[in-house]
Amino acid sequence: MRVTTERDRCVGSGQCALLSPEVFDQDDHGLVVVLREEPADDLRAGVLQAADLCPSRSIRVDS
Amino acid sequence: MTQSADAAPDAGAPLPQFPMRRTCPFSEPREYAAMRADNPVSRAALKVNGKPTWLVTRHEDVRQVLGDGRVSSNLKLPGYPHQFHIPEEMLAQIRPMLLSMDPPEHTAQRRMLIREFTARRVKEMRPRIQEIVDERVDAMLATGGPVDLVTALALPVPSLVICELLGVPYEDHAQFEEWSAAMMNHELSPAEYGAAVQALDAYLDKLVTLKEDEPGDDLISRFLEKNRSEQVADHVDVVTMARLMLVGGHETTANMIALGVLALLQHPEQLAELQEDPALLPGAIEELLRVFSISDSGTARVALEDIEVGDITIRAGEGILALNNAANHDESVFPDPATLDIHRKEARSHLAFGYGIHQCIGANLARVELEAVYGTLLRRIPGLRLAADPDELRFKDDAMVYGVYELPVTW
Repeated sequence: MRVTTERDRCVGSGQCALLSPEVFDQDDHGLVVVLREEPADDLRAGVLQAADLCPSRSIRVDS
Repeated sequence: MTQSADAAPDAGAPLPQFPMRRTCPFSEPREYAAMRADNPVSRAALKVNGKPTWLVTRHEDVRQVLGDGRVSSNLKLPGYPHQFHIPEEMLAQIRPMLLSMDPPEHTAQRRMLIREFTARRVKEMRPRIQEIVDERVDAMLATGGPVDLVTALALPVPSLVICELLGVPYEDHAQFEEWSAAMMNHELSPAEYGAAVQALDAYLDKLVTLKEDEPGDDLISRFLEKNRSEQVADHVDVVTMARLMLVGGHETTANMIALGVLALLQHPEQLAELQEDPALLPGAIEELLRVFSISDSGTARVALEDIEVGDITIRAGEGILALNNAANHDESVFPDPATLDIHRKEARSHLAFGYGIHQCIGANLARVELEAVYGTLLRRIPGLRLAADPDELRFKDDAMVYGVYELPVTW
């Protein structure tokens, strides 16, 4: 699983940082930061939920 | 097959009127289920002026519309489905606020604000929010009951929280709460509505001017400071932004607090489960947000180009209401949607905070406030009960944001 983001699209809702804090964070400006680009499989459910609920569709997950 | 508004099969028949009323406070207006099933993207006439608009009712379609860059939030566009009667000359004078801006203006202003609402910042506010809740609950208990939960707790908590965040003196709360409530009321005349907005803006204008000269440790001051280099807003923009934050920050949460308490008191088995295991609370809050979807009529848009939604082509210039209450009761996503179920796994997929670039910026703050209030009530007043006949409660059927006017409780 590989996680990429489009920071240009991010609107700082913070859903990802709440739902999958091991993989996502927000920088001081509120924009998404990926902490682990290739997270372990046990984090998969959280990552997929974060991608699904991201209101600006800034998160992409390739498996 | 695709259809435009003019070719819709029911052309000629009178259009259903919007808004539609809820018959049960815990559910959606009855008409929504039939629309989702038979006519998920359909025409309605706005009660306020008879103008046609599209209603979008399925979860997937609501997400599509709210996430589509080809729709605008600009309330000055001719097709915009207004819920209030706003005379042309008044509309021309309205200053766009974050909610009614499109990119790139929206992006620039929202980026100035999102650092105030990150998951981390909101978490840091948690202890102070808990303190505020405890103080209000102490005061409530000291009365011996019964009390109106709306005035004793539901309104003061988010009002105090947003005041501290923005740097608005809470001693002025009676005034701005009154103006704010007036701005949510569908039944006011344009003059009354305009007067409420003007009064609140005049108040905030003074406050912003004060902070321009003597900044404090608050959101408005930090916005002004950052704006010195970024230059995304002028003085009036900052006043408008402050109004949106102040009104949006307390009206909605206050209504959710009161409705959520009512729902839990009406579902004693689930209330008992939450008392037993507070770890269930975050999930329960998502479910309460889903069930009530209090800002149902707030997601108005205008198509900038022809767009396909389901089997329908919405033409450029036509108005759209993406109904989040309808989406949140879509049985294909939320089985048995009218049933409150604090264990519902998919509850988090609700669109109660909207979706897309305008998703509520204060959503995470609202979640923390709800958790603090519900958690504290469950822990400190386990004997809380309704002190009125539930059938006698008055609900905000005609307001922009759904709620209950009073909630008498005792213990």
